[in-house]
Amino acid sequence: MKRVAAVAVNTFREAVRDRVLYNLVFFALLMIAASILVGQISIGIEQSVIVSLGLSAISVIGLLIAVFIGVALVSKEMDKRTLYALLSKPVRRWEFLLGKFFGLVLTLAVNTAAMALGLIVAMLYVNRALSSSDVPVLIAVYFIWLKLALVVALSLLFSCFTTPLLAILFTIGLYIAGLYVQEMRDLPVAVMSPGMAALTKWFSYLLPNFENFNVMAMAAHARAIPGSLILHNTLYAVVYCAIVLTAAVAVFSRRNLK
Amino acid sequence: MPGPAIETENLTKDYPFGFLHLKKKTSLEGLNMQVETGEVFGFIGPNGAGKSTTIKLLMGLIFPTAGSARILGKPISDVAMHRDIGYMPEQPYFYDYLTAAEVLDYFARFHDLSAADRNDRVQKMLKKVGLETAGKIQLRKYSKGMLQRVGLAQAILHDPQVVILDEPMSGLDPVGRREVRDIILELKRDGKTVMFSTHILSDAEMLCDRVGVIVGGKLRGTGAPGQLVDMKTRGMEVLFELPSASNSALLAKATRTGERYRLEVTEAELYAAMEQLRAAGARILSVSQVRATLEEFFMNLVEADRAQAAADEVSEK
Repeated sequence: MKRVAAVAVNTFREAVRDRVLYNLVFFALLMIAASILVGQISIGIEQSVIVSLGLSAISVIGLLIAVFIGVALVSKEMDKRTLYALLSKPVRRWEFLLGKFFGLVLTLAVNTAAMALGLIVAMLYVNRALSSSDVPVLIAVYFIWLKLALVVALSLLFSCFTTPLLAILFTIGLYIAGLYVQEMRDLPVAVMSPGMAALTKWFSYLLPNFENFNVMAMAAHARAIPGSLILHNTLYAVVYCAIVLTAAVAVFSRRNLK
Repeated sequence: MPGPAIETENLTKDYPFGFLHLKKKTSLEGLNMQVETGEVFGFIGPNGAGKSTTIKLLMGLIFPTAGSARILGKPISDVAMHRDIGYMPEQPYFYDYLTAAEVLDYFARFHDLSAADRNDRVQKMLKKVGLETAGKIQLRKYSKGMLQRVGLAQAILHDPQVVILDEPMSGLDPVGRREVRDIILELKRDGKTVMFSTHILSDAEMLCDRVGVIVGGKLRGTGAPGQLVDMKTRGMEVLFELPSASNSALLAKATRTGERYRLEVTEAELYAAMEQLRAAGARILSVSQVRATLEEFFMNLVEADRAQAAADEVSEK
């Protein structure tokens, strides 16, 4: 566990020193501009607008980091051959891979938390107060972070067996497909053969269901998010990440370095 | 007597290539080799001979197609054996956002050392490789030679029993090469086993108890550098100066450097040649035996391998 932690801390340090967290400046500027403008253009729905905008920005910025840095986590170490010296130490490949995963998930946690803080400040500026009805916003942020962890696991898996460009395309493709899981299940049988419909339905269960993590509308309208959904999403993310990481370890453990 | 520090048995590595990976290129073919405990072993061969492939197989960076290898009696698949092994990759590259002290501390963490012990060893290693003043500079500002020193430091940081270095002299200036040579000799004095690959034969001759010559993925010979080459005298070398011009036929065979001439003759021709030189008024500076060098042994193997490859290509057509 110490070795996983050492890799994770180093991954976090890399992200900080490579100025990944500079995106927070962009987010801060966006929130300041939105807070000032929202009062002038949307009377009565300021809260909803600022929450929707803030959560969307947290999600998009987080996704960009999760996909692009997630894919580079392993591929960069292989390309630059920094991995050679590391794997000559008494460290197992799965420990390295898990360390990389947790390092980026930690980076995303810090980044997401900082952005969430920015969003709360913007909400405070717009509403002049915070209330318990703002709690769904924090839950929505937590769901975004869970979703990002899943995206990191997927990008890590793809980067273990293909080129970085293809890994990025696969991850983005799977993310988009994962947003329409429910639509796939609800497709009317009439438009396809029964066999195809069954196949599509099974396939939809294999895809990561990103739709479940989107509670932006509920948060924007201060509707309570049920505890069962929090539990479901947490367990889903943990189990799905575990399966994807197991597959990544299986591939990476057999991989010949260049 | 302890067993061999490193032993390989029929170690083979094929790389698939082409459409659907149906063709294969053999990078290493049935390597059977032993490196004895406490010796400095040089692994020499031209570029692409299979030196790095062998080392990467030993370090578990790539996996063998066939065969096996053991280090300190443990199979190479056993990650725990890495506690007693130090490895420096060829042209090492490290996390450039870290300083040398940080990168060494990071690697030391995998050896379960306490914070105080880590700090102590890192400072000692930085001093040993001559980086004590540059330890707090990010590696992105390091020259190739400085990175090589970091590579060496991380390889010996945890006081390993076996040190494997892939081209440790490449990219170093004469001072750096001398320092690496001194470190290798120091490791030997401390009873460590050192295996290093190189294509700089003078380094191998100077440092190694034994060398293994690998060409075209096959081991062509192992032994002490002196044993490998033909120990018979190949001829005699005469160095002389010639104060006045002479028409001696021998001069046509000699090579001139400034005022000095160098003439190589067979042992049977030596006395006649000396007679002619005396008659021409030459001043003899030295007469010495010429032995075959490791370089010649090496070049003969490389040329034979190239000739074989060319013949194989013709027969395939």
